[in-house]
Amino acid sequence: MVDFSLSDPDRAVLDGVAAEAKAGEKYARHYDDHEEEVLPKSFPEASGFPPIQQRLRGRSGHDTPMLVLQVLMRIEREAHCGVPLRQPPTALGNAALDAAGTAVQKARWGHLMLAMSITEPGAGSDTKAIQTTARLDGDAWVLNGDKIFVTNGVRCDGTIVWATVDKSAGRGGIKSFLVMKGTPGFELVRKERKLGIRASDTAAYAFRDCRVPRDHLIGGDESVPRGEREGSASYKGVLKTFNMTRPFVAAGGIGKALGAFRFARDRLAEAGIVVDVDEGPTCRSAAAQALLDIEADIEAATLTVLRAAWLASQGKPNNLEASVAKAKGGELCRSGPQRAMEALGAMSLSHDYPIEQYLRDGRITDIYEGTGQIQRLVIAREILGYSSEELT
Amino acid sequence: MISFALTDEQNQVRDTLTAFAENELAPRARSADQARGAPAELLDTAWSLGFTGLSIPEGCGGGGARRSHLTGALMLEALGYGCAGLAGAALSSMLFVNPLIDLGSEEQKLRYLPAFCGETRCAASLALHEAASGVDLAGMATRAERSGTGWIMTGAKRLVPMGEGANHLLVLARASHAPGLAGIRAFIVGTDAAGVTITPERGTIGLTALGFARVEFAGVRLEGDAVLGGGDGADIRPLLASLRIGGAALATGLARAVTDFAIPYAKQRVAFGEPIARKQSIAFMLADMHIECDAMRWMVWKAAAEADAGRDATRASVLARNYVNRHAFKIADDGLQIFGGHGYIRDLPLEMWLRNMRMLTIHDAIAAA
Repeated sequence: MVDFSLSDPDRAVLDGVAAEAKAGEKYARHYDDHEEEVLPKSFPEASGFPPIQQRLRGRSGHDTPMLVLQVLMRIEREAHCGVPLRQPPTALGNAALDAAGTAVQKARWGHLMLAMSITEPGAGSDTKAIQTTARLDGDAWVLNGDKIFVTNGVRCDGTIVWATVDKSAGRGGIKSFLVMKGTPGFELVRKERKLGIRASDTAAYAFRDCRVPRDHLIGGDESVPRGEREGSASYKGVLKTFNMTRPFVAAGGIGKALGAFRFARDRLAEAGIVVDVDEGPTCRSAAAQALLDIEADIEAATLTVLRAAWLASQGKPNNLEASVAKAKGGELCRSGPQRAMEALGAMSLSHDYPIEQYLRDGRITDIYEGTGQIQRLVIAREILGYSSEELT
Repeated sequence: MISFALTDEQNQVRDTLTAFAENELAPRARSADQARGAPAELLDTAWSLGFTGLSIPEGCGGGGARRSHLTGALMLEALGYGCAGLAGAALSSMLFVNPLIDLGSEEQKLRYLPAFCGETRCAASLALHEAASGVDLAGMATRAERSGTGWIMTGAKRLVPMGEGANHLLVLARASHAPGLAGIRAFIVGTDAAGVTITPERGTIGLTALGFARVEFAGVRLEGDAVLGGGDGADIRPLLASLRIGGAALATGLARAVTDFAIPYAKQRVAFGEPIARKQSIAFMLADMHIECDAMRWMVWKAAAEADAGRDATRASVLARNYVNRHAFKIADDGLQIFGGHGYIRDLPLEMWLRNMRMLTIHDAIAAA
């Protein structure tokens, strides 16, 4: 039966997540102002909150599917303008290892924090255009190239690097490799300075004749498939991980819009401007109408994300829906805080209030893990039945 | 527990009505638009499917199925996919029946609902809009005033769907000085009552198959129990929520029809040596149409699920309606744009869909979920 309500235990989980996120608000402005600092593994306040695994223990199997609840947790967390009290032990590279690594590789490296190095100065959304090369030399792969926008690249233990072993093979030649920090020829060039999400570190890497052992090829398959539509198993495996991560990324943007909305709603209420849903639109002020529009946009984006996560939880394909969710979340991370600030007026610009940070922090959602335009490409190809060559 | 899983019955209802919409409604959409009315035999066929009486209690002669706004929304979306005008016409009696099931007193249900359970089509509708511009329901001018044990109704309603053939109307009117919507009640009015005058409207931009009517009430005497819910009457907010969900569901079905019609055309229409669908300006437009069709559907489902769970669905239905109004019209508009000049010519349905969508996104009482 169609249902959008939460059980009391699940509500309690979300309330707990919200309380913990709220406790991290006191550090938000500091790390926004001090981008060069890396967050500690945990803050003292963390001891006041049980680890999330503990909160989730004892949930009924008949309750909201775990993936769906996780999306809601992300929204609730990001709706607060704060830093995480505990740093997560894993990163995007771990998801790639899980999706495409061999059993031996997972057992060997699963406990490490692994970043993911895909983007290059000349290759962003068009991943098959990457220039970093990997050449087999004896029992080692030799990597050469530059990587940028590596999330958690400063803090991680190592990184999964995308490189081509044969440029003539297109995406069939793209493989991923594990490179540990400290490997000769692997240099952390800089930490980027950003519009927002400054508490999250973003690195640039250089690989110069960087030798990694032969068995560090993720998935272990050295063959190079030919043909336009082919992609290597590890390339496909990693892309598949995005089906799972896109709804979560979208949830982040929704959370930021929700935080900005709540702030604007509460401030405007103090000024006597509230949305009365029994009133017709002609009775409503422009500011109240803006609040209603934002609330509807948040609801709609949230539902697309829940849909994508719910499909995954049922073991159903969700490639299309994950892109729909990401497109909506990306749109909302821009329009939500923008409109909320406009409704509030000039003081929304001030560092006295968090709302300008919601705009800056949220803005990344429409860019990373596939821009809104890439999502529309994916969606258009799917509904039109076009390949990536037929619609570029 | 969050779930998007429809019940087996809901899947069945949706499949049946989707087929009916494609086979029976879509082929007649243009002729009904031109004739400004729905063919009687089509309405009879639709009636014979038995959906109007599906959720009427068994004690009143109905199917006794659990009353579900979500099922209602699925039906409306499915039929709206074929033709929103004929869909509204085929299900117009639900504008009367569903509020009676939800809010009527036991006596009212027993008195009025059995007529909708038979094999003969029974026409009824709901009268909401008035001549004054702006959307301020609480400010409506039609009044029902206490007179002895009964009521006297005075005023005029406009744009009443299927108003001409209706045997009964649910009429919204101000019944007390209670502020805002608290003073508005719905009244059961027989169209044969003295003082009721029904005349066809001059015409509307779209949904012409619904044959809109103007209904005047010149001091119409109503019995004391004519107020929906009996006694002092039921709060009409659940009724308004049902109307919002119903209209939004129809618009969602129509938006999906526009999108599905535009996709093959864009792949087949060649300009500058390749199908226009291979150009991002068109492909992204189609992607956005698809995205919003999805999002609108879930907004409708959420509001319907709130109502089905017995919670106040006012807020969820206002949000759904707000969202659908902003996006559904754009989809109809963009769909027409993809067809260029052909979209403007009446050989194709695009211009009709645009006109119909304008109705669905402004008129507040086309369908009840």
